[in-house]
Amino acid sequence: MSTMHFHLRLWKQKSGTDAGQFIEIDAKEIPSECSFLEMLDIVNNRMTREGKEPVAFESDCREGICGTCNMVINGVPQGPGRGAACQVYMRKFENGQTITVEPFRVGAFPIVKDLVVNRSAYDRIIRSGGFISEHTGGAPDASTTLIPKPVADAAMDAAACIGCGACAAACPNSSPMLFVGAKVTHLGILPQGQAERKSRARNMVRTMQEEGFGNCSNYYACEAVCPANVPASVIAMLNREYIRGELSEAVGAID
Amino acid sequence: MILDAKIPEGPIEKKWTSFKNNAKLISPANKRKFKVIVVGTGLAGSSASATLAELGYQVEAFCFHDSPRRAHSIAAQGGINAAKNYQNDGDSVWRLFYDTVKGGDFRSREANVYRLAEVSGTIIDQCVSQGVPFAREYGGELANRSFGGAQVSRTFYAKGQTGQQLLLGAYSALSAQIGLGRVMMHENSEMLDLVIVDGHAKGIVARNLITGEITTHAADTVLLCTGGYSNIYYLSTNARGSNVTATWRAYKRGAAFANPCYTQIHPTCIPVAGDYQSKLTLMSESLRNDGRVWVPKAKGDKRAPQEVPEEERDYYLERKYPSYGNLAPRDIASRSAKEVCDEGRGVGPSGLGVYLDFSGAIKRLGEKTIRERYGNLFEMYQNITGENAYERPMRIYPAVHYTMGGLWVDYNLMSNLPGLHVLGEANFSDHGANRLGASALMQGLSDGYFVIPNTLGEYLSTQFGKKVSTDLPEFKKTEAEVRAQIEKILAVKGNVPVDEFHRLLGLIIWDQCGMARSETGLRKAIEDVRALRERFWKEVAVPGTGAELNQSLERAGRVADFLEFGELMCLDALIREESCGGHFRVEHQTPEGEALRHDDKFAEVYAWMFRGENTDPDLVREPLHYEAVHLATRSYK
Ligand SMILES: Cc1cc2nc3c(=O)[nH]c(=O)nc-3n(C[C@H](O)[C@H](O)[C@H](O)COP(=O)(O)OP(=O)(O)OC[C@H]3O[C@@H](n4cnc5c(N)ncnc54)[C@H](O)[C@@H]3O)c2cc1C
Ligand code: SF4
Ligand code: FES
Repeated sequence: MSTMHFHLRLWKQKSGTDAGQFIEIDAKEIPSECSFLEMLDIVNNRMTREGKEPVAFESDCREGICGTCNMVINGVPQGPGRGAACQVYMRKFENGQTITVEPFRVGAFPIVKDLVVNRSAYDRIIRSGGFISEHTGGAPDASTTLIPKPVADAAMDAAACIGCGACAAACPNSSPMLFVGAKVTHLGILPQGQAERKSRARNMVRTMQEEGFGNCSNYYACEAVCPANVPASVIAMLNREYIRGELSEAVGAID
Repeated sequence: MILDAKIPEGPIEKKWTSFKNNAKLISPANKRKFKVIVVGTGLAGSSASATLAELGYQVEAFCFHDSPRRAHSIAAQGGINAAKNYQNDGDSVWRLFYDTVKGGDFRSREANVYRLAEVSGTIIDQCVSQGVPFAREYGGELANRSFGGAQVSRTFYAKGQTGQQLLLGAYSALSAQIGLGRVMMHENSEMLDLVIVDGHAKGIVARNLITGEITTHAADTVLLCTGGYSNIYYLSTNARGSNVTATWRAYKRGAAFANPCYTQIHPTCIPVAGDYQSKLTLMSESLRNDGRVWVPKAKGDKRAPQEVPEEERDYYLERKYPSYGNLAPRDIASRSAKEVCDEGRGVGPSGLGVYLDFSGAIKRLGEKTIRERYGNLFEMYQNITGENAYERPMRIYPAVHYTMGGLWVDYNLMSNLPGLHVLGEANFSDHGANRLGASALMQGLSDGYFVIPNTLGEYLSTQFGKKVSTDLPEFKKTEAEVRAQIEKILAVKGNVPVDEFHRLLGLIIWDQCGMARSETGLRKAIEDVRALRERFWKEVAVPGTGAELNQSLERAGRVADFLEFGELMCLDALIREESCGGHFRVEHQTPEGEALRHDDKFAEVYAWMFRGENTDPDLVREPLHYEAVHLATRSYK
């Protein structure tokens, strides 16, 4: 099996309150077939053998679906190509290339350690409205409501969001509106999601603002990095839903 | 000791209804007084937490992930079964029940499986009203596909991301309850021990993975929903974090561990490419709806697949199992792949691979349809292997995928330890010796949404006035033991990374307790696991401290438990001198190489009880009584 060499610049930061800096590592003899995270495993295990602390980074499924992994590789959140950081393979890099790895830089995602950041703000946004209030046991038969395939497919495309945070990390305004729009679109176009449609958009956007995220000003950097291919059109839908939500509250309508 | 499964009286079709009619109810006012700890927020844990909170219980939920949405359930691809018979192809609750019992090679508990089949339909109803975007036909009806071990189409799916959508559904229900303040959610919290008070499970000890802080939590009952232990093999299709710690530590506190040797090897995964590999990737079983499995007829045939003429190909599943063909159940399909590779007919660089060929389906249905059905899987395959499966067949090989074994539970999902309930993959109950595709999602959600809300009252109704607090010495003592274990790991100060021990353990277990098992191999594996465990405690390197985010420390704790658990798994495999489902003892096979069961001796659950370190555990048996189905040799021919 052929191997490759890389020059790595990895972000090291003991905690959110300590200052961080890059450390430089020559990563030699990396199997060319391995994934980016497997390359980091190799480097970390070498450091461990030398008695040094490895670089903390998150991952779990390593197949692009759980949204756990997150890092900026050579300036790109989630690295080159489509997919999450765990789906980046070393064959995408040149032999001898310098690779810089740093954490997502988003005010609302405080740094925990090295490449690990706290993305719980996204959970709080969902808790404020990203659901259909349906208590277990009361559901009608699943075949009662027909949902045309194109609607179901569009809902699925939006629902595919893996909650990774790359949209906010890529955005100059740190806006998570691709993430918020994905949920508002997914639930907003399904018949089951109509009852809470207005309050959902209103509450989620308000929470987003309280968490310190910015608004969208149409850079579309989010769409370019989104590992789940969530289309930027969900942001337009979010804007419409949000305005309707605010309006209906302003005029005291029952929503 | 006798393990009482508490199966309700009456004919199998009536058991669940009669249970519900006679179940102990807890009034709404009293529900508020009971606190429930739920460990794990995958499908089983999220659905249970949300539902119990809706009912009024105080719920405290824990997961080691940074968010409940990341649980390993998210990775399930193919689908979820339900006996809806929307396709009008002859499906029924009975058929789903029968297929599952037969698929499990007659080693599961009939009454539990029947209940699972019975509630399967309501799961789909529930998910649809939560907004799960299941695949639809053009007319708007729900679409179905087929999975292994079934001759009907009863599998509901959301592209190749069914687990993701179901988990996000349960996560949204959970999120709503967290938002309402009815569930207290502890993310980044790993349960490291179970606290027993007067013989009852009454709390846990957890470590905050970000700060290292160790805390104790008391409740009226504890639900473990912590998933399976496939990662004992190091390489598996499970997420990297999946582990046995919660159930293993509960075992060491008195919970019986049932059938640990029942593990499932999934036939369609991307083959292993090298030592550096950190996990294996599943190619969903749904691919076998349209893909045909083959190898060259001749040994050592190194031609490219498209150069092997039709008559020189062996479509071995279609040949051996004409009525199920490429949809033969997983254990059978995996073993057949191993067989042809052992004969020297495997493909790919390592010779450990078989083809899964879509050329026929592409010709028949067009590339567009295939892309629509499996696009994301083909993309994933290309990303990992660099090969385009629209143009040449995929190469696949079996990999560890699921564990049917788990903590023993009765019909109420309670373990032998009063107060400890176990849900989802973490329990042993429904899949016998082999799980059929698309039935783990069904079980996780059935346990969480529909079973535990009805059965929890059986225990809680006996617990009025028995509240405990973390001030009890039992909590202090268990906490001290957890701290000591962490100190012990940090004190080793060796120079071998944790991953190295994990990888070596995986190799031992895969070789001797994987697709084929033998007495000599298992005895050797037990020795090897012990030796590796000893080395671990002398040489493991864990830099850093316990009072911070320390990923080496997290992994070391989990691997230390795997190193103990591995021995129990091999012991269970050694004692079970028959072949059944995923457990294939080479000494017990038919002349055609099929699994040979010995129902006279082994139609029972083996539940193991801890008796102390370095002491053999006790074996307790629960006989399996088949009243509704007849034990038969499983045939898919
Ligand atoms: C790649 C893949 C594809 C699959 N596809 C399908 C499919 O198509 N259909 C199907 O039916 N099944 C499928 N399965 C199986 C199915 O996904 C799982 O069996 C099921 O999701 C398990 O759910 P669970 O809730 O029991 O556990 P999990 O989802 O594993 O959740 C475990 C939870 O426990 C927590 N946890 C664990 N230990 C601790 C601890 N010590 N302290 C605190 N928290 C802890 C975790 O944080 C997590 O929240 C697939 C499995 C794999 C690997
Ligand atoms: S929208 Fe895309 S980038 Fe944003 S969280 Fe979801 S998957 Fe990640
Ligand atoms: S580790 Fe799951 S998406 Fe990358």
